[in-house]
Amino acid sequence: MEPLTEHTGRVLPLRRSDVDTDQIIPSRFCRRLTKTGYADGLFARWREADDFVLNDPARAGGSVLVAGPNFATGSSREHAVWALRDWGIAAVLAPSFGDIFRRNALKNGLLAVQLPDAVVSGLLDAADRDPRFLVTVDLLACEVRWDGGRQAFEVDVRARRLLLDGQDDIAVTLADGDRIAAYERGRPHWLPVFGPARAG
Amino acid sequence: MSEPRTLVEKIWDAHRIPSGSDGPDLLYVDVHLVHEATSAQAFDGLRLAGRTVRRPDLTLAVEDHNVPTDSLSITDPISIEQVARLRANCAEHGIELFPHGDARQGIVHVVGPELGAIQPGMTVVCGDSHTSTHGAFGALAFGVGTSDVEHVLATQTLPMPRPRTMAVEFTGTLPPDVTAKDLMLALLAEIGANGAHGYVLEYRGAAIRGLSMESRMTLCNLSIEAGARAGMVAPDEVTFEYLATRPRRPVGKDWDEALAHWSTLCTDPGAVFDRTVTLEVGALSPVVTWGTNPGQAVPLSQAVPDPAQFTDAAERAAARRALEYMALEPGTRMRDIEVDTVFLGSCTNGRIEDLRAAAAVLRGRVLAPSVRMLVVPGSMRVRDQAEQEGLHDVFRAAGAEWRLSGCSMCLGMNADRLSGPRRCASTSNRNYEGRQGDTARTHLVSPAVAAATAVAGRLAAPADLS
Repeated sequence: MEPLTEHTGRVLPLRRSDVDTDQIIPSRFCRRLTKTGYADGLFARWREADDFVLNDPARAGGSVLVAGPNFATGSSREHAVWALRDWGIAAVLAPSFGDIFRRNALKNGLLAVQLPDAVVSGLLDAADRDPRFLVTVDLLACEVRWDGGRQAFEVDVRARRLLLDGQDDIAVTLADGDRIAAYERGRPHWLPVFGPARAG
Repeated sequence: MSEPRTLVEKIWDAHRIPSGSDGPDLLYVDVHLVHEATSAQAFDGLRLAGRTVRRPDLTLAVEDHNVPTDSLSITDPISIEQVARLRANCAEHGIELFPHGDARQGIVHVVGPELGAIQPGMTVVCGDSHTSTHGAFGALAFGVGTSDVEHVLATQTLPMPRPRTMAVEFTGTLPPDVTAKDLMLALLAEIGANGAHGYVLEYRGAAIRGLSMESRMTLCNLSIEAGARAGMVAPDEVTFEYLATRPRRPVGKDWDEALAHWSTLCTDPGAVFDRTVTLEVGALSPVVTWGTNPGQAVPLSQAVPDPAQFTDAAERAAARRALEYMALEPGTRMRDIEVDTVFLGSCTNGRIEDLRAAAAVLRGRVLAPSVRMLVVPGSMRVRDQAEQEGLHDVFRAAGAEWRLSGCSMCLGMNADRLSGPRRCASTSNRNYEGRQGDTARTHLVSPAVAAATAVAGRLAAPADLS
């Protein structure tokens, strides 16, 4: 992956809480075998309403989604991240996230950043007033900046390092291959194993 | 003497591999469950990087999400492609697979436990959020996305920060008509759909000790609906008895050795949880959902709440939106809500105990004329067991459809979807907008309430039937 240090973009305000991954991408769009091609499915049901934020021509090209608490709760489908990314969303800011989604997002370079409630409310208000309202998410400095303000955030140490360096997650773990092999030698022998030819 | 530890901490410590880099520890994965809907891209990723599956012998694959439950032959072209890809990937890497049509096929979270492949103290991972189900055995089990599926295939580990722990203490005695499903819906209503965000839960208390393994699986299954990473129940005699007859259990001296280890897997007296939640269960009654997340639930005896009564602004807005989607008016008695579809199945409530509970209500009764009921066993083994007990005859005589196993109408990915604004009483786990069909409305219920509802044509408990 290309190294990623910061992103600046216009805000797409989504003033809803508990947005589940079934809303982000309904399951009928999750049947492809690829990691791309999911933009059509992004918020497919909500996009049917003309006044949905992604349909607002004044906000076309917006790339920082700001949402209410518990964003992307529910299903583990990584398709939710792929759909947001395919649409052109580079960062999501919310007071809290579904755990699995946040992991998935950072693994794909989608900056899912947790901010205090009051900060998210302020950003939503600012974006409501001005469709061209810009926000910068700075992964190096671990802060979000906008005209007249800034807010520090915390992010998973490993995910941050992988993104900043453009490193491959699995390659980093495989560098610990000897440690993993040593652990495996100490596992209890009665733990279950599977095999293609097994009966029962 | 060592520090007292919680059950989660014991399992964590036993699977922790300190990383040589500056990141978090690696957690070793004992069992990796794989299915057709979230694995294709992971296997592709391995191939592109020239990697292989590190431990195919710790990996088990099942076809469940996107298979038909009305026919043993798959006709949907996308399903055919997904399933073909899983079969090719499993063949290439030497992974054991239970394909559609196999006598052992079923929903991944039903199949693993009934094999006896899920055992106390293990770590279990699967590309599906309801992997939390397996915590019922005192295992640490959680769902992951496709990138992590690839990571586990390649390394058999996951880099993970140590989770926070939460004790969920159920006090009092569970009334006889209250099931594990009601218990969890009541907990979700109490703490909210994000009330356990990021925690690993340990369900505790005498009410838990009295639950069967099937019920404990229902309980742990729904942990994710509270935003938890995982949920678990410490193993006991109920667990050991369940495992004692399973095909993949350890045998002979291995069983004795395993049992000695399993018996140590409990939270030590004096161990400290990061947070504790207590719920008194003695006064509970059957619970159903009225909204579009599992935390929007009330006792069946109550009415649809008025959004104006929510003090939190976000909750109020969410309730308004939910009622609009659900086409419900505040103050409507839950028992007056008519349904046209009933779905009995899923990894939440598709086990033999669930089918028995529903059949007990349906025996000698017929469905309301307006109601279609689908009965989808959680696995083909569950289906066989039910047929040996004659449950299929009860369902068919009542007018319900007796189907094959799969995820079916729980998630609306396969052919079992509702078209139009249908209203469904469902034993599944998510009542999200559009979950069971683009405009379908879902009420989450227990198997007993599902069966009574099918007879009454409106949300009902067994006691409501004459």
